[in-house]
Order: sequence, then structure tokens, then C-alpha cells
Amino acid sequence: MELKKRKQDIAGTISLSVVRLMFFFLVVVLILLLSKIFIEGVSVLSLNFLIDEPRNNMTEGGIGPAIFGTIAVTLLMVLFTVPLGVFSAIYLNEYAKDTFFTRIIRTSINNLAGVPSIVFGLFGLGFFILFIGKNLDNILETGLLFGQPALLWASATLAVLVLPIVIVSTLEALNSVPKSHRDASYGLGATKWQTIKNVVLPQARPGILTGTILAISRGAGETAPILFLGAAFFLPNLPVADLCIGDYCITIVNPTEQFMYLAYHIFIMATQSSNPTQTLPLQYGSTLVLIVLTFLLNITAIVFRYRFRKILGRL
Amino acid sequence: MKETKIAVKDLSLYYGDKQALKDINIDIPEKRVTAFIGPSGCGKSTFLRVLNRMNDLIDHVKIDGEVYIDGVNIYDKSLDIVNLRKNVGMVFQKSNLFPKTVYENIVYGPRLNGIRDKKLLDEIVEKTLNQAAIWDEAKDRLNENALSLSGGQQQRLCIARALAVEPEIILMDEPASALDPISTAKIEELIHELKLNYTIVIVTHNMQQAARVSDQTAFFYLGELIEYDRTTKIFTNPAKKQTEDYVTGRFG
Repeated sequence: MELKKRKQDIAGTISLSVVRLMFFFLVVVLILLLSKIFIEGVSVLSLNFLIDEPRNNMTEGGIGPAIFGTIAVTLLMVLFTVPLGVFSAIYLNEYAKDTFFTRIIRTSINNLAGVPSIVFGLFGLGFFILFIGKNLDNILETGLLFGQPALLWASATLAVLVLPIVIVSTLEALNSVPKSHRDASYGLGATKWQTIKNVVLPQARPGILTGTILAISRGAGETAPILFLGAAFFLPNLPVADLCIGDYCITIVNPTEQFMYLAYHIFIMATQSSNPTQTLPLQYGSTLVLIVLTFLLNITAIVFRYRFRKILGRL
Repeated sequence: MKETKIAVKDLSLYYGDKQALKDINIDIPEKRVTAFIGPSGCGKSTFLRVLNRMNDLIDHVKIDGEVYIDGVNIYDKSLDIVNLRKNVGMVFQKSNLFPKTVYENIVYGPRLNGIRDKKLLDEIVEKTLNQAAIWDEAKDRLNENALSLSGGQQQRLCIARALAVEPEIILMDEPASALDPISTAKIEELIHELKLNYTIVIVTHNMQQAARVSDQTAFFYLGELIEYDRTTKIFTNPAKKQTEDYVTGRFG
């Protein structure tokens, strides 16, 4: 009896040590990686670096257009993917019956998350640009406007790419709303939609935002899918246009233009520039900015999530 | 005997192939407390949920028979379930207040009915909290999260929330089973007052509670209604052997 207990103790101590070691290893790698990027990157950081366009074959200047492009594409992506993902999840979780067909759909959504991103890029090219874009041009007689690589299609493709993330996390959030709260609502004479709108969705909001956060991080860092979809090697001008109503004009993002993208820009500087060694400091700087940018986008969503949780918890 | 409020005729309920309720016939009188007792799994809670069609929310449930409330068959195809549930309120075993303020919880039902007038809503809140005997404790906490109240207060708030849609019948599914004795006593006292204006059907595991609060008692066993009579009769001189064994604590 005593011997057996001691054996278990030893096994416990060993497994704890292994787990600790692995965790320590992870932390060291993370610190090394981030500190290298930070130390090398921070030396080129300046306001001009953030605003200016690249100059002199990308060996000088900044990454302004790439930052602008990244933010524009990511925000547009969120605009596409969140409503689509959330409503799909509501349908699947609240309305669809548990049949063979809906099970296949659920499995497919999970599988979709594992598809290599380059496949989404080719899908975007084939579906959005060559099919939807070209046909739009034919129908609206706009010449060659939609049927070419553009910010709009890059966002749409990224939206499809991150859709499984949004759907899966929304499904989990909806599922975690207690049945007793739904019962209470039905018991008071609420219809299904009233119950979803007034009871289920408010409680699911933090979970939905978590999905959005993950989607943003994923989307902003992707390079492969946007290769064919309008990410430009170098663009001196921002993809903006003036939208005028009468005499009143505002500058908006022009979704039919091409754009620069941070992740893609880093890839270009590292592999396609005439002198990759010379651009190395700029690569570090850009990487740092990309990480910080993703982090900031995340923070915004986290603040929202915190607010919603607080409303639910205290009010 | 008062007038019949709910009349159930030959009601059977199936979960898939399994029959959970067998040919139930019962008349529940108006403005009285009727208790359902019986061992776990005997179908008493399932039967309670038949009375406001909460079982409709579960897949694979099939119901035969008729349930008349004020002479209207609530399983008629043309019946509006939403209206039925407004007329037949429900209080559940565990408090299931929404993570909203006390005020928001009470006005949830009235708002569904399209009441928007702030003054009117305020009146409803005060009236129902008074009815549920919790106004004094809750009046200064109307804008606090309802979940910050104690368990007993939460359950009385659930009753107030059910009253806010002005039902005629209140179904209670073991409303005090998760509460301490003092809170339980308050709920029972409340039931006594509510029966002046409402028809109350209560499911309970606690036989002393059934004896204390109810006018009629129905004993369920294995999906059947074994005996239904005046509470004093059920507890002092039951007609059936099974009922006697149960109320004297020989099984269950």
C-alpha cells in the first residue's frame, strides 16, 4: 500500500517537472522572439516611418500605405464576416433541427477552418473576381471595375477565411446560455425570436466578440490569400476616393482599388527587394508594427467584451 | 367545490417510444392550490409542463388527449401558444432570473406585450413586487443586478415576474426545493395569499409542504395519476394502498 502510494508520488513529480519544463521552454521562445523583434524594430520606428510611403526601392521611407491598407481590409472583413457568421450560427444553433444534413454542415464548417489559406486565395480569385466581379461589370456596364483584384475582394475572401472562427465561437456562446433562461422567457409568453433577441444574444455577446477578436488576428496576419486579390507590391497613393453628395465631399476608402498590406509588404521586402539585407531593419520595424497593430485591434475588441461582461455581471 | 379551471381528458405523453404519462384525467379547481406529489421520475413535472405546453420545446415529444382551460382546448391547432403562456405563468425549480436588473426582469413580460409607457411599467413593478411580498426588500435595489439578491429573494422575484404578465394560472415546479426553511416559509405564505386571485398548481417533493399549502393533492406514480382528492383526505385517509405507502414514507 505504502509503496504504491510512493510510486504515484514519483510519477506525479516527474510529470509536473515535464509540464513545467515545456512551459518554461515556451515562455523562453516567446520572449526571445518578441524581444528580438522589439529591439531590432524599435530602432527604425518613428512617426515618419508610420506615415511615409516606401522610397528608393524600399530601402528607405516608411510603411504608411501598408498600415492603411491592413486596417482598411481588416475592418471591411469584420463588416462582412460578423453578420454572416453570427446569423449563420443563430440559425444552426437555434432553428435548424439536428439532422444528417445539418451535421454535415457543422462538420464542414469545422473542416473549413483547416483549409490552407492559399486555397482561399484561389477561391477568391475564381469566385469573387472572375465570377461575381466580371458579371457585375457586365450587368452594370462599368467596364473593368469589379472584375479585377481589389480591396473589396480581398476583404471578402478574408471574411470567408475567418468565417469558421466566427461561427464556431458564436455557436459556443449561444450554447452556453442556460436553457433555464430560455424557459423563463418562453414561460412569459415570448416568441422564439424575442427570446433570442432579448435573452440569448445579450448573453452571447462576449463570446461573439471573442470570435471577432480571433478573426481579426487571423485576418490581419494572412499573406497567402491576398496575393491574387489586389495586394500591391508598391503603391504611392492610398486606395481612397472622394465621395460627393452635391457639394459636400468626404474621402472614403475606395474598395475597387488595389492596396498595400503589411504582412505582404514584409514578405516583399524579405524576398523580392533588390537588396534584402539593406531592408532588414525596415522588415523588423514592419513586423513590430504588424504585431502592435494586431494587438491594438484585439485590445479594442477586448475592451468591448469587457464592457458587455460588466453589464451582464453587475449592471 | 369551486368551478373547474383546468380539465384534462385522457392525456398521454410520449418521449419517442417511451410513454411518460398514461391516460391522465383530472379537474383542477379555480383559485385553489393543487399539489402534485410522487417519487422522482413519476411524471409530475412533465405533466405540469403539459399545462402551458412547455413540452412543445422538446423534440420527439408526442401528446394525445385534451387539456381544457376555461373550456378551450389548449392543444387545438389554432391556439396561439404565446397567449396561452401569458395566461398560464410558470415558476421553475431553480430561480432563472435574467442577468439584468430587478426592474428589467419584472418588465420583461409586460414589454413583450408592447407596454412601453414608463409610468405604467413603474406601476406594474411596484404592484407585482408587493404581490410577491418582496417590495420592501427590493424597492431600493431595483437597478441592481437581480442575481445579487439572495436565493429566496430571487425565487420570490421569479414569482413577481410571472405575475407581471397577469396570468390566471400559476404553475410552480418545486419552487422551494433549493431554499432554506425561512425562505421556504415565505414562499408558502405567499402561495396562501396568491390563491385568493390565482389558480395555483404546484409540484413538490416535500410532502409536508404539499400538506401545508394545498387544497387538493394528486399522487402520481410511474406516469399514472393514482389518486386525486382533498389534501386532508390524501394525507389522513387515502383510498389507495400505493398512496398510503408513499405519504407515510414507506417508499419514494
